[in-house]
Amino acid sequence: MTISLQYVNITVNDVDESVAFYRDALGLEVRNDVASGDFRWVTLGSADQPGLEYVLSEPHAGRSQADGDALQELVTKGAFQFVFRTDDLDATFEKIRGTGAEVLQEPIDQPWGPRDCAFRDPSGTMLRFSQA
Amino acid sequence: MSPEELATLAHLRRARDLMDRDYAHPLDVPTIAQRALMSPAHFSRRFKAAYGETPYGYLMTRRIERAMALLRSGSSVTDACMAVGCTSLGSFSASFRTITGESPTEYRNREHSAVEAMPACIAKLLTRPAPPLAPKPAQPSRIQEAAAASVS
Repeated sequence: MTISLQYVNITVNDVDESVAFYRDALGLEVRNDVASGDFRWVTLGSADQPGLEYVLSEPHAGRSQADGDALQELVTKGAFQFVFRTDDLDATFEKIRGTGAEVLQEPIDQPWGPRDCAFRDPSGTMLRFSQA
Repeated sequence: MSPEELATLAHLRRARDLMDRDYAHPLDVPTIAQRALMSPAHFSRRFKAAYGETPYGYLMTRRIERAMALLRSGSSVTDACMAVGCTSLGSFSASFRTITGESPTEYRNREHSAVEAMPACIAKLLTRPAPPLAPKPAQPSRIQEAAAASVS
């Protein structure tokens, strides 16, 4: 029996802006664009991890107004983060910075071990990249 | 949420990121407020409404959390104070006591076996001093009541 992560849902304030960011900064390719009512779910993926898809959607997609508002506030306040592994941290950092992304931290050796860097995605979610 | 409200939250977030990043530098609230494009008084109110603590409280908590890690690894109190951006040992020690409930010297000299047994990134999360909570209405303890019930 094997179990692995298949979808990771990332809540974003603007799907188009975020698709461009995840495509250009992280090098993901757009796999699917599903509309339902007023909202869209866009999936992206990468040959580096074929079984995993990133699902981008807006806070109010599939939620009540109140839940969407609460989630949007948390996202924008920077409550969420994802941590990625890269085999070339410095190249990853330069590539993402080159897209104009908001830099949180240049590559440094953390006191607890890993060498990593961090950005915010356009909605405020922290993306941390750790040297494999 | 209106675009203006979203923009305000994003400004507050950037100011908080500045504190997380540059806590070891001599930051003050007017400088941090500039990052959020707000006046210091307005910024302080909005920050507290969004994050539940004042900007100065957030900054000092960040500094003390980092100082705790340095003290655990053997730094002197003076070195820890300077390394986290505090310039006055007296006010550092007072903040340390307010936030953690003990003096930096007491903290440095006692056992930290539970924290040392966990990865440092987990220790960083778990030892982050909590912002002061609003006082809760006093509830009588039910522990003895339960113990009495289990005996009978």
